[in-house]
Amino acid sequence: MSERAAMRIVILSDIHANREAFDAVLDAARALSADETVLLGDLVGYGPDPEYVIERCARMVEDGALCVLGNHDQAVVHNRRDMSENAREAVQWTRQRLSDAHVAFLGTLPLSAMSGDRLYVHASADQPAKWRYVRDTDAAAASLAASDASMIVCGHTHIPALYYQLPGRRPIRFTPIDNVPAPLSPLRRHLLVCGAVGQPRDGNPAACLGLIDTDKQSATMLRVPYDYNETARKIVASGLPPWLSMRLKIGR
Amino acid sequence: MNQQSGSDLKPGDLLDGIELLERRPGASMAALWNARSPAHDFPLIVKIPFVEPGQDVSMLVSFEVEELIAKRLSGPHVPRFVASGDIGRIPYLAMEFVTGRGLAEVAAGAPLPAAEVGEIGAQIAAALVSLHRQKVAHLDLKPENVILSSRGAVLIDFGLARHAELPDLLGEESSLPMGTAAYMSPEQVLGDRTDTASDIFALGCILYQLATGVEPFGRPQTFAGMKRRLYHPPRRPRDIVGAIPRWLEAVILRCMEVDRAKRYADPAHVLSDLQHPEQVPLRENGPARRGVLASMRDLFRRSDDQALVGNPVARRNGPSTILAAVDLSSAGDPLIQEVLAETARLIATRGDSRLACITVLKTEILGSTPESDESGASIYLKRLVALKDWARPLHLPDTRISFHVLEAVAPAEAILNYARHNDVSHIVVGARASSAMRRHLGSVSTKIVAEALCSVSVVRIKAVEEPAHA
Repeated sequence: MSERAAMRIVILSDIHANREAFDAVLDAARALSADETVLLGDLVGYGPDPEYVIERCARMVEDGALCVLGNHDQAVVHNRRDMSENAREAVQWTRQRLSDAHVAFLGTLPLSAMSGDRLYVHASADQPAKWRYVRDTDAAAASLAASDASMIVCGHTHIPALYYQLPGRRPIRFTPIDNVPAPLSPLRRHLLVCGAVGQPRDGNPAACLGLIDTDKQSATMLRVPYDYNETARKIVASGLPPWLSMRLKIGR
Repeated sequence: MNQQSGSDLKPGDLLDGIELLERRPGASMAALWNARSPAHDFPLIVKIPFVEPGQDVSMLVSFEVEELIAKRLSGPHVPRFVASGDIGRIPYLAMEFVTGRGLAEVAAGAPLPAAEVGEIGAQIAAALVSLHRQKVAHLDLKPENVILSSRGAVLIDFGLARHAELPDLLGEESSLPMGTAAYMSPEQVLGDRTDTASDIFALGCILYQLATGVEPFGRPQTFAGMKRRLYHPPRRPRDIVGAIPRWLEAVILRCMEVDRAKRYADPAHVLSDLQHPEQVPLRENGPARRGVLASMRDLFRRSDDQALVGNPVARRNGPSTILAAVDLSSAGDPLIQEVLAETARLIATRGDSRLACITVLKTEILGSTPESDESGASIYLKRLVALKDWARPLHLPDTRISFHVLEAVAPAEAILNYARHNDVSHIVVGARASSAMRRHLGSVSTKIVAEALCSVSVVRIKAVEEPAHA
C-alpha cells in the first residue's frame, strides 16, 4: 500500500531546449512549492539552448527532481536518424553543440520512473522505447494496460489530455481547460498527457506546466506566457529549420 | 478494499461527525438519511449510494458526478454542500436539507392560476440563471427536483448534471438519452448533454404542466416515443385551459421550441418575460400547426434530427441583459445620444441580448400620481413615447427590447432595484459634468456605480478643457 501523504507535483514535459519557456515555467513553479518535480523527457531537440537546459536540469536532478528520457534525448545520445526531417536536423545540430558531459547526462536517464503510485514516462507506458504517442482512447487503454500504477503521467504529443478509467472499462478522454483544475477520482485510474513547456501544439503558444495536487485530487495544466519571439529569433539565427521558429508563435 | 454501503448503517451512527437520524423511504439509487451535525445549524440530508458488487456502474458514476458538481456550486438556489466521503472508502454526500414546498406536491394541484404559474416559473428561472452562471446545466429539471423555499426555488439532485469545465463522466459512459422522459429536451433525447438551453425546455414542460394540469408529452417509455417531441408539438395550452392568458402560452411555447435558435437561450429572458407579461410579444397564430404535407415531409426527414434541434447555445460573450438608463427630463439633451451610442455598441456584442430601456419619472412624494399637462396626456405616457423614440434608431425587434417608465423619488434606487430584480448584466447611464452641487449631493451615476451588482458604463460628453486662468 502506498502512503497517502498530500503532495504537490510539478511536471515539465518536452522542454526542447527552449530556455525562455523553461525559465518562465520554473519561475512560475517556484510559487507552487512543489514536493516533487518531474522532468518528463525531451529536454533537447528543436530549440536553440540545449546546453543551458541540460545543465539546469542536471542541477535539478541533483536537488531531487525526477527525470526520464525522451526520444529526442535518446536520438542525441545514440545519433539516431529515424525521425522527421526537422527533428533529425535539430538532433544533428544539437549533437554538434553539446559536450561529452552533456551527452553523458542524457545517457544516464531512465525510460521511466515510479514515485508512490505514479508512473512517469515520456510516451506510452506500453514499451516506452517504442515512443508511441497517446493521442486517443485506444492508445490510452494500451498504456494503462501496460502498468499497475494508479496514475500514468506522460508527454510526447505536446497536446494536453486526461484519461479516466474505471476498472474493466474503456478510458474516457477529457481535454483539461487551461488553468482550471481537472478532478481526479479515487475510483479511477488516470493517464495524464502533459502539454509541452518548449513547443506547445494545442494552439496556445504559452508554455505548459503540469500540476498534480494529491490532496485536492486534481490535475491542472498551468499556462505560462513567455517571450517566444526571442526563442524564435535565436532559432533562425542559429541556422535551425525556420519552421521550428514559426510554430512557437502559433503554438502548433 | 473494504467498501461500505448504506445497508448496514443504523440511526445514531456517525459519518465523519455527521449523525444519521432516520432513513427516508424510497430512493432506488442511494440511501437517503436525515442527519445533523454540531458544526451546522441547519438540518442535513445524507446520500449514500448503493455500491454492492455487480451494481450498475452508471449509478456510481452518477454519484461521482453529483459529488463533483455539488461541491462547486454555491448561492441560494442550491442546497449548501456540507461534506462528502472518499468514494473509494465510504462514499456519501452530506448536503443541507432544504425545507419548503416540493414542486411535485404543488404540481399535483394543477392546473394553477396563471399568476401562480408565472410566479413559480420566475422563481425557477432565477434559479437557472444562478446555476447556468456557474457553468452547470442541470439536465434533469422536473417538479421532484425543485423545492420552493423561503429563499426562492432551490434545485436538487445533480446526478445527471453537466459542468462545462469538468469531464462528462456520465455522457462518455453511454450514448442513451439521460433524464426524465416527461421533461427531456429534444437534444437530450438525441444524446446531447452540453447545452444549458435543455433546462429551459424542461422549465417550459413544467410550466405547461402547472398551467394545464397535463404533461405535454406524457411519459413515453421507448426511444421512439421520446423522439416524437422532435416532430409533433404538444397541444397548445389554451386549447386545454381556455383561461390561460396569451402571454403565458407564448412564454411556455418559446421555452419548448425544438429548434434552439428559436428557444429562449437565457433563463434571464424567461424571468424578464414572466415578470413583465405586458411586454411579451404575441405571435398571431403561435407555432404553425403542421399540416399533413409537413408531417409527410417529416417522415422523410428523420435523418435530419440534428437539424431540427439546431445548434447548442454557444458560450456567448457579452452582456445578456442590458439596462439603459435614459434621462428624458430635459428635451434635446445631447447626453442621451451618447447613452444610445454606447448601448448600441453593447447590444452588438451578442445577437440574443435584451435591452431594458428605463426612464425615471421623479415624484416628490412616494405614491403621488404624476400630473397631466395642459393637453391632457399624462406625463407618464409622454415619457413612454419619448423613450420608444429614443430607442428607435437601434431597430431592435420587440423580442429583444422592453420599455419601463419608473415612478420614484430616488432615481438611482429605482434603477438599481430594477437591475437587481431582472438580472441585468450591464447598466448604461449618463453622467453630467461635475459641479459643486453634484459633488455635494452625489449623482445618480455615482450611486449606481457604487452599488450595482453588475458592470456599469458611465457615459459622459467629453468636456472641452478651459484654458487655465493665469
